[in-house]
Amino acid sequence: MKVTILQFPGTNCEYDTQHAFEELGATTEIIWHKSQTIPADTQLLVVAGGFSYGDYLRSGAIAKFSPVMKAVSEYASQGGKVLGICNGFQVLTEVGLLPGALMRNDGLHFISKHHTLKVENNDNDFLKKLNTNDLVNIPIAHHDGNYFIDEAGLAELYANNQILLTYSDENGNLQNPNGSVDSIAGVCNKEKNVFGLMPHPERAMETILGSDDGIKMLQGFLES
Amino acid sequence: MKAIVNVSLKAGVLDSQGKAVHHALDSLHFQGVSNVRIGKQIVMQLEETDKEKAMAEVTKMCEEILANTVIEDYEIELV
Repeated sequence: MKVTILQFPGTNCEYDTQHAFEELGATTEIIWHKSQTIPADTQLLVVAGGFSYGDYLRSGAIAKFSPVMKAVSEYASQGGKVLGICNGFQVLTEVGLLPGALMRNDGLHFISKHHTLKVENNDNDFLKKLNTNDLVNIPIAHHDGNYFIDEAGLAELYANNQILLTYSDENGNLQNPNGSVDSIAGVCNKEKNVFGLMPHPERAMETILGSDDGIKMLQGFLES
Repeated sequence: MKAIVNVSLKAGVLDSQGKAVHHALDSLHFQGVSNVRIGKQIVMQLEETDKEKAMAEVTKMCEEILANTVIEDYEIELV
């Protein structure tokens, strides 16, 4: 399994992401945003977290115009699997590969803590190792994680099982840390090959660091 | 010619910053204030001298990058 990880100026989760996937047995390569192409043997493309271009204008807005993004869109349109984590999720919504947008948290604070997430749909490559309604404990670390989508878009997400994860409490009841529509923490596209989420599964790989629930999530990509 | 672009959250989208500022104005006893919205202003100098062409160009800029039309509206002023 070859995982390619994108790096923009301001990306800061590329090495955590690399470490996580290598722990799971994947080979990885980090590529700089100036690259016009992505490695031909790529089986999963990850847009890692961080603050690309300092979040100038809007989170993910400038990264959208990096040379590599054209190749990313082509890769996705050919069915290639793409995962956007945190800032990567913001980039993928800006590019239009994922529906909706991410706004400033409703409490206006940067939130950095572990949060329980509920699996809403597992009929996809990302969450297939988990069951619907499973709870996972994954860190969140964001200022702009308030997911917005209009009513028509939301209805479509429900109709196509595109909602991956929601924020919940330890009993599985919805809990909303940032104002996201219907407490949505992650979504995928209709074709189910592009995935985005605000929480950081790559930071939940060791129980000694609070949780290893990220393993079950990322492993979904590694097993066919 | 100068272009002034005002970008703000759409009417139906909750503006948490605007709400917080409204709350602060309340605490300072400024009365009769409602619907506080926070946006951003982008000011740029254009070489274009034809107003119509400039408007078309800046509209394109707004659609492509300056605003995220999923959540934001924009207004363009040319001076």
